[in-house]
Amino acid sequence: MSEATDELVIEVKGLVAHYGKRKILDGIDFDVRADEIMVIMGGSGSGKSTLVRQLLSLDRPTSGTIHVLGKEIAKLGTVERGEFYKDIGVAFQSGALFSSMSVGENIMLPLTEHTKLDEQTQEIMMRMKLEVVDLAGFEDLMPAELSGGMTKRAALARAVVMDPKILFCDEPSAGLDPVVSAAIDDLLLRLRDALQMSIVVVTHELESAFKIADRITILDEGKVLMTGTVDEIKDSDNERIQNILHRRIEEETLDPDAYLERLTGIDVKAGAPL
Amino acid sequence: MAEPRPNIVIRQTEAIGRSVIESIETVGQWAALVGESLFWIFAGPRLNQPIRISIVVRQMMEIGVMALPIVALLSATIGVMLALQGIYTLKIFGAQSQVVLGITLSIVREFAPLITGILVAGRSGSALAARLATMQINQEVDALRVMGINPVRYLVVPSLLAMVIMVPALTFIADLIGLYAAGVYVTYDLGLSQAGYWAQVLSYSSNRDLWHGIGKSVIFAVLITLIAIVNGARVKGGAEGVGRATTRSVVQSISAIVITDMLFVYAVTS
Repeated sequence: MSEATDELVIEVKGLVAHYGKRKILDGIDFDVRADEIMVIMGGSGSGKSTLVRQLLSLDRPTSGTIHVLGKEIAKLGTVERGEFYKDIGVAFQSGALFSSMSVGENIMLPLTEHTKLDEQTQEIMMRMKLEVVDLAGFEDLMPAELSGGMTKRAALARAVVMDPKILFCDEPSAGLDPVVSAAIDDLLLRLRDALQMSIVVVTHELESAFKIADRITILDEGKVLMTGTVDEIKDSDNERIQNILHRRIEEETLDPDAYLERLTGIDVKAGAPL
Repeated sequence: MAEPRPNIVIRQTEAIGRSVIESIETVGQWAALVGESLFWIFAGPRLNQPIRISIVVRQMMEIGVMALPIVALLSATIGVMLALQGIYTLKIFGAQSQVVLGITLSIVREFAPLITGILVAGRSGSALAARLATMQINQEVDALRVMGINPVRYLVVPSLLAMVIMVPALTFIADLIGLYAAGVYVTYDLGLSQAGYWAQVLSYSSNRDLWHGIGKSVIFAVLITLIAIVNGARVKGGAEGVGRATTRSVVQSISAIVITDMLFVYAVTS
C-alpha cells in the first residue's frame, strides 16, 4: 500500500457556493494530499456533489479559492482548462459512458483527443486499462449491454486511461450489490497503488468509506463537520458525526409540523391561511 | 411565516419580465455559441484541438444524405401541386402558358428552402436536441468537459458545419426535383416539350433567385442548430424533459424559419 505524503494536490479555502439563491457550501476548507484516498461523506443535501463539481471547475464558486495541482482553477481560461483536465480523471455515478460508442471507443476517446499516438498504440493502452479493471475482452460491447458493476469499471478505465494525477469517483458503489461493491473498493485501492494517484471518493456507504479511506471529510449542511483518519472519525464524540455514522434520524425530521413547514414555508403551528 | 401571495397584476408583470429576460438570455446564448464555434473552427487546429472531419462527415450523412428521399418526395409533390394550382388559376385569365414563371420563382425562391428547412428542423433538429438533452441528463456533457474536450468543439461545431453545408445542398436538390416534377405535369397538361419547359425555366430565373433561396437556407441551417443546441442544453428532468426539449426545439425552429423567411423576403424585395 502506498503512503500519502504531505504535498497537497487540492487545497480549498473559504469556499462558498450557491445554487440559485440557496447557499449549498458555506465556507469550506478542505485539502487532499498526494497519493491519498480522501472520502467525502455526508447526508443527502449536505453539499458533497456540489463540492466535487466545484473541485472539477464545472460550477463557479461564489467566493473562496480552489487550488488543484497548484493552479487556481477559477482563473483558468478555456484552453488552460482543457490542459488542466488532462491530469484529472473522473468516474461519474452513472458512468456517463457515451452511448453511441463502444466500450473500447469510450476508453480511447481521451487518447484520440489529447495524444498523437497511432490507433494501434491507443488500442493497446485501452486493452491494458480494461485488463486493470477486469473487463478484458469487453471492448466491443456497447454501454447499454453492460451491467451496473461493469459500467462503473468501464467508467474507471476511461477515467484512468491518461494516467491522471487525481481520480474523482462519485458514488462508485451506489446501486451495486455488496459483492460487486467490495470488488470496486478493492479496484480503487489497486488503482491507487498501481498508478500512484490521489483519489477523491464521494460516497455514503460507510463500510466502503472505512475500507478505502486514508482520510474522511464529513459534510453537514454545507459545512465541514470534521476531517480525519478513519479511527479519528470513528472515535469522535461529536454527536452529529455519530448520528451520521449510525444513521440516527434527528427528532426534528420526525416532527410532521416541522417537516410540513420546511416543505411549504407555512408556519403550521400558527395555523395555515385558508 | 410565508409572505402573502402577490396580486395578479404583479404576478403577470413578473411573468412578462421573466420571459423577456429569458428571451434576451437565449439570444445571448446563440451569440456565444456562434462566437465559440468560430473560435474553435479557426483556432482549434493551432491549439491542437481541431474539428474532427470524420464527425462532420457522419453528421452530413445523417442530416443530408439520409434526408434525401423525404426531401425528394415532398419537393416533387409541391412541384406538381404548384403546377396544378397554377394552371387552374391562370386558366381563368387564359394565361396558363405563364405558369412556368410562377412555378420557377415559387420553387427556387420560396418553397424549396422552406420545405427543406422545415423537414430538417423536424428530422435532424429534433434528433440533435434529443441527443444533447440525453447527454446532458446522463452527465455525458460533464464527462466531455472533465476529459478536457470542449463540448462546443466536439458537439456543436460538427453539427453546425454539417447543417450549413447540407441544408443548402438539399435545397438545391429540392429546386431541381421540384422543377422537374412540375415540368412533367406542365408538359403533359399544356402539351409543352421538356426542352421548351426548361428553356422557359432558365429564362425566367436568374442567379439572384437561386442565391435568394440558397442564402435563406444557410440562415435556416444556423437557426435550426442553435435552437436545438440551446433547448438540449437547457433540459431539466429525466426522459420527460428530453421530450419537452425536443418538442420545443421543433416548434421554435419551424416558427423561426417561417418568421425569418418573411423578414428575409421583405428585406431583399422591398
